[in-house]
Amino acid sequence: MVQEVLKEEMKLVAFSLNGKEYAIDVKNVVSIEKMMTITRVPHVPPYVKGVINLRGVITPILDLRIRFDMEPVEYNQNTRIIIVTWENKEVGFIVDEANDVINIQEKNIEPQPDVVGNIQQNYITGVVKVADRLLIILKLETILKEDEDRVS
Amino acid sequence: MGMNQYLEVFLDEGREHLQSINQNLLRLENNPNDMSIINEIFRSAHTLKGMSATMGFEDMANLTHQMENVLDGIRNGKLVFSSQLLDIIFGGIDHLENMIESIAEGGDGKEDVKEVIAKLKAIETGQALDSSIGEVAATVIEDKTDQSFGKEYKQIYDEFELTVLEQAQEQGFHTYEVTVIVRSDTLLKAARVYMVFDVLEKMGDVVKSSPSTEDLEEENFNDEFVVTLVTKDGQDDVKKKIMKVSEIDNVIVKNIDVQKIKQLKNTELDLNVKNKQNTDSKKVERTRQKQNLKKETKTNSKTNKTIRVNIERLDTLMNLFEELVIDRGRLDQIAKEVNHQELIETVEKMSRVTNDLQSVVLTMRMVPVETVFNRFPKMVRQLSRELNKKINLKIIGADTELDRTVIDEIGDPLVHLLRNSVDHGIESPEIRLKKGKSEEGTIELKAYHSGNYVFIEINDDGAGINREKVATKAVQKGFISEEEKATLSDNEIYNLILSSGFSTAEKVSDISGRGVGLDVVKSTIESLGGTVSVHSKENVGTQFIIQLPLTLSIISVMLVNVQEETYAIPLSSIIETAIIRESDIRYAHEQPVFDYRGNVVPLLYLDQIFDVPQVKEKDEYLSTIIIRKGDKLAGLIVDSFIGQEDIVLKSLGNYLTNVFAISGATILGDGKVALIVDCNALIK
Repeated sequence: MVQEVLKEEMKLVAFSLNGKEYAIDVKNVVSIEKMMTITRVPHVPPYVKGVINLRGVITPILDLRIRFDMEPVEYNQNTRIIIVTWENKEVGFIVDEANDVINIQEKNIEPQPDVVGNIQQNYITGVVKVADRLLIILKLETILKEDEDRVS
Repeated sequence: MGMNQYLEVFLDEGREHLQSINQNLLRLENNPNDMSIINEIFRSAHTLKGMSATMGFEDMANLTHQMENVLDGIRNGKLVFSSQLLDIIFGGIDHLENMIESIAEGGDGKEDVKEVIAKLKAIETGQALDSSIGEVAATVIEDKTDQSFGKEYKQIYDEFELTVLEQAQEQGFHTYEVTVIVRSDTLLKAARVYMVFDVLEKMGDVVKSSPSTEDLEEENFNDEFVVTLVTKDGQDDVKKKIMKVSEIDNVIVKNIDVQKIKQLKNTELDLNVKNKQNTDSKKVERTRQKQNLKKETKTNSKTNKTIRVNIERLDTLMNLFEELVIDRGRLDQIAKEVNHQELIETVEKMSRVTNDLQSVVLTMRMVPVETVFNRFPKMVRQLSRELNKKINLKIIGADTELDRTVIDEIGDPLVHLLRNSVDHGIESPEIRLKKGKSEEGTIELKAYHSGNYVFIEINDDGAGINREKVATKAVQKGFISEEEKATLSDNEIYNLILSSGFSTAEKVSDISGRGVGLDVVKSTIESLGGTVSVHSKENVGTQFIIQLPLTLSIISVMLVNVQEETYAIPLSSIIETAIIRESDIRYAHEQPVFDYRGNVVPLLYLDQIFDVPQVKEKDEYLSTIIIRKGDKLAGLIVDSFIGQEDIVLKSLGNYLTNVFAISGATILGDGKVALIVDCNALIK
């Protein structure tokens, strides 16, 4: 019984973007970094801000605001880079603010409603309500895969 | 888990042993009499057998066991080494290689090896008869002598007895061999023998008897015994006198021809002597083998003091080291800012140590090209047999070292080029003879260091490239124009065969030209930061030269500024740097060009190519880097030169693949990332 409950439990990293809260499964998150110098890479889609030196590993950085066609803002004290990994790719997402890690029950994830912010629906796994917060869970697979096509 | 750990060792060692068997078999083909090679192969096969049996791979153990038997036969001189035999053993090795790969991929390592085992068994038994003809014949001769001996004379005489008989004959005595047959129902044989001997001794002397007199007295004989008698009586008298003894069934008296016996004896002696020599020489050989063995074990113990390290660990070490280098850079900057003398000295010492460490870490990743080359002799041998060509593959400089990452990539291009040389380069023996060349073609695979590069050459003395054919095809495919066909140099034409979508083979063969051309070779090598070129002379031969960077992880670059960005340009692409004036720029069809030592060279603005944000005004004087790709030149305009530096090359990761004109990135001393410019992509 105990194990079953554990299985259904899920940890999410929550962050905010343009006033809304989003979340990524913690098992895909490598680390959360403060803003650092980004080296621009020419001839890449505008949302690829460039690459950073992440402890000796060159890591591409994507601005999620631009990725989701939101209004870009100046980076500030609260801006964070969430390093995520999916399959063998490792990239960083620039977000407005990284909030916290929260536990949810997998069964509480609801299928995506028809309209959630401006993000295209295929970037979303579902939404989950935690207390009075509504978290939009992102689907890394499509976010990173479609980029690939657009990069080259 | 425990088994897994052993499995890895098993696979590694198994591959190593197979490789060593392969190599040694080829060596053996050239020196079939070198026992030390056979011993080495035998040992490898034996270890392999033991290992596979322990790990429970039965097919493998069976096959190696059978191979071991055949090898043992060769070792003991029972089997004669031949090319056919080698083919079958190679067949077996192929199976073994498949098994190992299957096991490595998680399979059970089972293969249908019945046929090969049957073949090996056939060799073991069938060939054994053939090859030992010499020995069999020898014994046959001996048998014959014995038989002829036996037919005429039942007794065998030694030197002394023969002399006695000879002297007796000279003195007028008769020498007889008397066979006495006693009646089978005789009760007291010994008594009869006594009586016969009594009679004989009255007639003359008994020189010899068989069985011996003791045995005769004790009745240790069947119904028949033979004595050699020296007497003055005639043949018939002897017979009659003996027949008088009761219960004697029959008596045969035969005259002995001493001369004849002597002759036979001599041939027999010769044989004996020969046999003895044989065994002696074998003994000598054995001791020699033993000495060889001893020698080898000695040298082995000297060279084999290595441990296996997973390449991933080396990569981790390299990464950690790179971070250390970057931190050192920071520390260096801080020390200068603080201007603390002791700190500066310490940082300087640290710099020297890290420099040494760098070379150690780098050499650890270096692997001799041998690891790639050693599969080629077998491949060329097989191909040449398939194509009925005679080819001698010469390998020079197999100990030349290259970075592990280059080694991993270089195998396929080399296979391609070698197949190309075997298939299209070297002619068939008949054609070679007609051309006045030796029947056997030579392919030379040569590796050597030069500067910061490693060169690998593949030279063949084959047909060479037909300029006309290549040029015509190039015009057809639109690579060059009709005018260019006439004006281009031979080498320029030859290098066209490396361009993508070009293949001159008129028919598609199994060996090479499977639709993919030499352009794959070219692109692979260029992706490694190398170049490949062709030189050829018709009917003399073709030469492919591959130039590779020593290491992929650390390269020398020129750091430049473009506006506020920093880029690294590999020194390997740079010819020189120049400062040109804005007014020196000319325009040819909108294309800015300038005069570089008499050549009109196109100019490229790096800030335009990379869309660098403009923050600074341009100078009247332009810092230009002359880069090249093959024979083509271009001037790359940047804002300022920073300097030359050895940098650690890093990839942009799996997300950003195929960024135009960027081959990777590096981390600078201040921790920032600088992109590395791929000059090959800039020049079309």
